[in-house]
Amino acid sequence: MGLVTFLLRRLIAAVPAVGALVVATFVIMRVLPGDPAVFFSSSPVPTAEETAYVRQKLGLDRSLPEQLLIYLKDIGSADLGMSFTTGRPVLTELKERLPASLELAISALLLALAVSIPLGVAAAIWSGSPLDHIARVVSSIGVSMPTFVTGLILTYVFFLWLGLAPEPVDRIDMFITAPPRVTGFLLIDSTLSGDWIALRSAAARLVLPSVTMAIFVLSPLTRMTRSAMLGVLSSDFVRTARAMGLSDRTVYVRYALRNALLPVLTTVGIVFSTMLGSNVLVERVFGWPGIGSFALNALVASDYAPVQGFVLLMGLLMVAINLAIDVAYGLADPRARRMS
Amino acid sequence: MPIKSGPPLLSIDRLAVEFVTPQGRVQALHDVSFQIGTAEIVGVVGESGSGKSVTAYSILGLLPAEARVKSGSITYLGRALRELGGAELKAVRGSEISMVFQSPQTALNPIRAVGAQIADVVRAHSPAGAADAAVRAIEALREVRIHAPERRVHAYPFELSGGMCQRSVIAMALACTPKLLLADEPTTGLDVTTQRAIMDLLIGLTRSRGMSTMFITHDLGLAAQYCDRVIIMQNGRVVEQGATEQIFMNPGQAYTHRLLSATPQAHTRLIDLIPPSEQQALGVSSSLLRASKPTRAAVTPVLRVRGLTHEYPLRGAQRSVLGLFGRRHRSGDDSRNKFRAVDGLSFDVAHGECVGLVGESGSGKTTTSRLIAKLVKPTAGSIQLSGEEIADADPRAFAKSAKRRLVQIVFQDPAASLDPRRTAFEAIADPLQRLARIRQPAALGRRIRDICDLVDLPQALLGRYPHQLSGGQKARVGIARAISVNPAVVVLDEPTSALDVSVQAVVLNQLDKLKRVLGLSYLFVSHDLNVIRLMCDRVMVMKGGRIVEQGKVEDLFKNPQHPYTKSLLDAIPRIDFAWKAGSGGKLLSEFP
Amino acid sequence: MRHISALVSHTRRMIAHNWVSLAAITIVTFLAFIAVVGPLMTAYDPYVTDLANVFSPPGKLHWFGTDQLGRDVLSRVVASARIDLSVAICAVAASFTVGVGIGGLAGYFGGSFDLWTSRIAEMVQVFPLFVLAMALVAALGNDLRNVVLATAIVNLPFYIRLARVEAGVLSTQLFVEAARAAGNGDARIISRVLLPNVMPNLMIQLSVNLGWAILNAASLSFIGLGIRPPTAEWGIMVAEGATQAMAGHWWLIVFPGFALALAVFAFNLLGDALRDMFDIHSR
Repeated sequence: MGLVTFLLRRLIAAVPAVGALVVATFVIMRVLPGDPAVFFSSSPVPTAEETAYVRQKLGLDRSLPEQLLIYLKDIGSADLGMSFTTGRPVLTELKERLPASLELAISALLLALAVSIPLGVAAAIWSGSPLDHIARVVSSIGVSMPTFVTGLILTYVFFLWLGLAPEPVDRIDMFITAPPRVTGFLLIDSTLSGDWIALRSAAARLVLPSVTMAIFVLSPLTRMTRSAMLGVLSSDFVRTARAMGLSDRTVYVRYALRNALLPVLTTVGIVFSTMLGSNVLVERVFGWPGIGSFALNALVASDYAPVQGFVLLMGLLMVAINLAIDVAYGLADPRARRMS
Repeated sequence: MPIKSGPPLLSIDRLAVEFVTPQGRVQALHDVSFQIGTAEIVGVVGESGSGKSVTAYSILGLLPAEARVKSGSITYLGRALRELGGAELKAVRGSEISMVFQSPQTALNPIRAVGAQIADVVRAHSPAGAADAAVRAIEALREVRIHAPERRVHAYPFELSGGMCQRSVIAMALACTPKLLLADEPTTGLDVTTQRAIMDLLIGLTRSRGMSTMFITHDLGLAAQYCDRVIIMQNGRVVEQGATEQIFMNPGQAYTHRLLSATPQAHTRLIDLIPPSEQQALGVSSSLLRASKPTRAAVTPVLRVRGLTHEYPLRGAQRSVLGLFGRRHRSGDDSRNKFRAVDGLSFDVAHGECVGLVGESGSGKTTTSRLIAKLVKPTAGSIQLSGEEIADADPRAFAKSAKRRLVQIVFQDPAASLDPRRTAFEAIADPLQRLARIRQPAALGRRIRDICDLVDLPQALLGRYPHQLSGGQKARVGIARAISVNPAVVVLDEPTSALDVSVQAVVLNQLDKLKRVLGLSYLFVSHDLNVIRLMCDRVMVMKGGRIVEQGKVEDLFKNPQHPYTKSLLDAIPRIDFAWKAGSGGKLLSEFP
Repeated sequence: MRHISALVSHTRRMIAHNWVSLAAITIVTFLAFIAVVGPLMTAYDPYVTDLANVFSPPGKLHWFGTDQLGRDVLSRVVASARIDLSVAICAVAASFTVGVGIGGLAGYFGGSFDLWTSRIAEMVQVFPLFVLAMALVAALGNDLRNVVLATAIVNLPFYIRLARVEAGVLSTQLFVEAARAAGNGDARIISRVLLPNVMPNLMIQLSVNLGWAILNAASLSFIGLGIRPPTAEWGIMVAEGATQAMAGHWWLIVFPGFALALAVFAFNLLGDALRDMFDIHSR
């Protein structure tokens, strides 16, 4: 089928997924035991009137399906509630902090890909060599260490001990003014406004947290690249390509790698999910002002509206990521586009 | 054939190749020597493990990493191929010597358009630019007789049939006009009619371009029809070589003799598949052979099928967006949503009869075999087994009924039909324990040993796992399992198509013996008309889910009525010379 | 019985062959030993505070040093093994049995059961696992039991999907059809044909999954959910140590962190070893 049709079909397929996820969030936060009225009050120790008011507003005195409708209405009018720890609407907080988390996750992903794909390809081409073994051991160790341990150790070594890294607080040095906000991504914004000092500072602070995140996902990416590449290199069509006298470069890149990257693409989707999950931990270790630390602070203070908003947003991000991966896959693999 | 003068195109001299495996070094080729001259078609014939493919891969330096050429030389137009460096070797591949392979659909890059792949080859061997290469790609497709090549050039392999994929691979191989083509079983796995078309194409192109072709195959019939010279290989050695007619008329070696005997198209009697010297070992006494067909009393046929129909629902394309929630798009016209694999089949199988069911892929013969064997429930129709209706029984419930033992099945792929975690003994014991209720170890053991004797399976093999058995041994376990409970009907789904031709000869004879000794009736499904001719009393030709013709085997072969039957018979490789093979063989002039 | 002895001899042969598998089995056995017997062997009680001896670096008296309350780090690391391993084992056992059961049946029988199972599993899986675990513990209440429950729930779709795919693929194999022709009903096919053939891959995934479960439990307690101080647990120890580490007390993070990594690493490695062990073709 044509590309446009494929895109449209995928987009339409995502709609029920979003619907399901909204309902799922409701189930998790409301239906489970515990008194949501207490959770969603705007102060840590609500008075009786306050609780009653919240209960009425949330419709907790009404039946469950009615509650669901109220909830859906709220979501539809972009009302995610108030955070009493910051005193601002949850939606505003999330919107402000999202770019920070995304910038971190995306840089970590790019970093991980930049290391794991060449490593995986090399491990496959020189399979059995010392390089192959080293690659496997290194990535196995990387995935065994929890992100918070890696982050702490890296901070200890590079900040405390060697003094190379900046303090693990915030995205940019306190004394430097941030560039005017265009996208919210500091690297992009400072480049856009030509502010090289800000760029340097932001980049320096980005290094350790993204490396921490990247180390954790090196293993699945390298493994998948290696095994996909191995599989493809021993496939019939690569044998044909070699038999026809195509150059090494054509065989390895145009024939082998392009095909091997397909399963790697699927792995990227899974990896992104892992990264978003460990986002909370990394932001805590590095004092990164993203949605993860926001939700965590709220959780610890028993402020539950932000937590609900956070869960919803995470689900939405994943749906968007999966959609993007699906589309990319469809672009890369014509077999995925056929009607079957 | 005129004797070739002048230096040979390709000369292989005492080639030895070994593989390094976890179990040690395995010698794949020992001292292989032969030559290929200009403008000649040489067939390299052998069974599995003969080393014929390894030879071809060695020529182009395509051996896998664990293999190495131990000694010997390969010379092409005076150049020693083994001594060529990387770039020089790549220059030879595709433009001087080309190769086409088995399984055309996997031989092409699945995510790259066919034309682009041909263009890649063109640009690898000439300074042509992108536009030129594209034009040459279209031309190459036209040469292999692909219709509307300008459109097909943008097609992906999954959009093309097996035959068209193979044509595309041939186009790639011939795009830079090589002088020598290595064809490694290029038609194995293709339908019989497609096979004929591809062979005609290959040979036609070879002759018209004055090329030479090394045609690797396990099918002696194909070699006989198309090749000028034939080289017989076994276990990594050249057994015999010479002009085709010479080899077929006057085989020098015992192995050649055995191979020739095992080729179904040369004979009319099943026993002739096995050379006389080995017939004794089979335990087939001539008295058994001479026994006339069991008197067919006027009783009801053991298998009676009427109006058998089976439809598969189609998914995906027919779904609307709502279908995402699992609701099927209901349309008034059901035919849009379903695929009719079997359409109103009616036939009988009498006691002791072997009825053949022949068809190409997509004909519905496999579905039919599953329906009769009660592994799938038909959408409509009646199946009467020994007078009892079994069509409406659900396969899962049927498995526990007493009638289950009456119809058994032997599958096409013996390896896939045996549980990899069960020994041969356990595989054969399973139906005995479930259906014949023989649970007591002593009785079970005795019964299994008797069955082993019947199918000529050495008892020492009973403790082995499937991966430790050869193809023929696995086939015998599958057969033993099927006949162990004394069924009335055995459905045989291409039981020998995965086997070497000499093993097939033995297994077919054993199946025939079992039928006579145990009084079985067979439904023999195959794509190979020659095997059916030897095994069956009657045959039915299937196409598109329907029986287009049925009748006695001799009648069908001598006097086919339906055009499709005629085209199938036509596709059987024709042997042009008078070939006498084995005792009791007939001269080929007597074949249609 | 025959199968077990064959398995044992095969294992012995394979261990001799492959040092990686040997290492994996050794480390896992060591960990199990530590978890069960360790606390009985340590010199100090993990909960006893010694305010005169806070922040002493690793030395002769305290091999791993002491923490901010003077508690012996080594004893706490050892005691923690028991907690983390038991949480992981409980959670994984629960999600394994339920998930494989549901997924296996869904894959084998297909139909609408299969459809709805996969829909629900997909819905759960759309959330990043840790986020979901966090939310569940927050919603259910902050205690140990809920950590196990949350981990099990979050882990369920993984096994459902795995078992579904495995069962689905196997159900189309010829030897399953052959088993049916030999008179085996559904129950027998599932238990005697499907299960033995599916188990190897499930075991491998199980092992790796145990590693993940340990990480998950430790991560939850790092952010203050589930297991709470003064319980000795690797995640809590790292969390407490984090606040102190910047003053240079590296041993508070390194030892529990290393123990955590070792446990996860061992289970990952064990998965690889199991893969080799179950490869019937190398018998």
